[in-house]
Amino acid sequence: MTEEQRESVQEETFSSVSLATRDIHLAFGHNRVLRGVDLDVGKGKTACVIGPSGSGKSTFLRTINRLIEPDKGDILLDGESVLDRDPDRLRQQVGMVFQQFNLFPHMNVLRNLMLPLRRIRKLSADEAEQAARHHLELVGLADKAGSRPGHLSGGQQQRVAIARALAMRPQVMLFDEATSALDPELVKGVLSLMADLSKQGMTMVVVTHEMGFAREASDTVIFLDQGVAVESGPPEKLFDSPDSPRLRQFLSDVL
Amino acid sequence: MDQLTTLWDTFFNWQSMRQALPDMLKTGLPNTLILSIISALIGTLLGMLLAMAGISRHRWLRWPARVYTDIFRGLPAVVTILLIGVGLSQIGMKVWGPNPYPLGILALSLIATAYIGEIFRSGIQSVDPGQLEGSRALGFSYSAAMLLVIIPQGVRRVLPAWVNQLIALIKDSSLVYFLGLAAGQRELFRIGQDAAANTGNESALLLAGIFYLILTVPLTHFVNFVDHRLRQGRRTRTGPPDADEPLIVAGETPLPATSEGTK
Repeated sequence: MTEEQRESVQEETFSSVSLATRDIHLAFGHNRVLRGVDLDVGKGKTACVIGPSGSGKSTFLRTINRLIEPDKGDILLDGESVLDRDPDRLRQQVGMVFQQFNLFPHMNVLRNLMLPLRRIRKLSADEAEQAARHHLELVGLADKAGSRPGHLSGGQQQRVAIARALAMRPQVMLFDEATSALDPELVKGVLSLMADLSKQGMTMVVVTHEMGFAREASDTVIFLDQGVAVESGPPEKLFDSPDSPRLRQFLSDVL
Repeated sequence: MDQLTTLWDTFFNWQSMRQALPDMLKTGLPNTLILSIISALIGTLLGMLLAMAGISRHRWLRWPARVYTDIFRGLPAVVTILLIGVGLSQIGMKVWGPNPYPLGILALSLIATAYIGEIFRSGIQSVDPGQLEGSRALGFSYSAAMLLVIIPQGVRRVLPAWVNQLIALIKDSSLVYFLGLAAGQRELFRIGQDAAANTGNESALLLAGIFYLILTVPLTHFVNFVDHRLRQGRRTRTGPPDADEPLIVAGETPLPATSEGTK
């Protein structure tokens, strides 16, 4: 099966919720990585976070599911603060996809999906396998269930990682430069899967260097520079008539 | 010519070997195996705990682990065995009578723990931090992520080093000799040594050496086999030449892997 031969993610209903961050601050020592970042993503909407390297994009994403605890600020899921919740619980509701996939190399694809289903969602072996196979089908990789991740292409691995996250039935999905580690010819398959999820009503925050994707698939774009959301709004606005000189400079550098 | 014959007789006196053989098989071999296997089990178990303490986010766990490792890895095995075996012998006498084995096993285990702990720690720390981050992002707790994802990968990588440590343990078990053994408590080395003293040639000691080799050489080859298989696994795991290498940690922004990492 090639990267393109995949049924789109149809008839999959997500129990998405809205997501917002308020005035997120974070410093590592004297390095002030985030300096008050606000983000609003409506239920079922997609926000893309763009910006130069070192602008704090990936760090910001990690504060949303509290892989990194913000020093100050609030994170709201469906209007409710998540900071007083058990972080492990929170992360079950917020799926995350990484640049390096972070699949478990010592177990096959099916077991990669089944492990969290069994251990965290406490499904029986049968239920977990059924859910796992269903989600592999969703990303077009049902035939790879028995393969080790290392035997798959990067694009396939990333789709497995997306399936693994989706199988946990998240209310929000975070993507951290999901295509940056992929060979150019594999990028498209992953992006189209992400675009499908977006269309199907998954609430998504996508850190990306793919300006085409940001323009086409997102409802909101937020431009982060030196830990500050310099500009945000609908993609047409940011890409076609950016207000700030810094965004203009950035766009002329990357486009 | 005479000297050559003497030399030959020193090491290959079949008569002496034949005399020592029954004791070696009936007493020496079982005792050596008891010492090594029990110490290996305890050392592996405690070694894993020591490794976990060594990478703990709590300083009061990390520090004692560090100190323990430094001490028991830094002392000559014979010093540790004498200090524990002789130093605690009065307590031992009360608890289990005049048997140096428990204390010998304790000393060997404590030494093995230090080395095996370091082996496991390095293995666990060699696992890509992304694995922990990925596990935590799915909702696994730190301990569940360690147990289900990180440790299985880390330990697999250091299996050869672990087996090497078992080989060292088999050899070091001969050092309980210093604790004074009754006839039935003698292990391979002591039996060879006694027989050598009685016969005036080293043949029985050479026989003991052969017994050690029979135990350790297969293990050495087992290490190589495991190592080879892991290597091959790694090679095939990179897949066809057009598949991109998944396990390289690219120059990602160095971020603490978990919220705990920042504390």
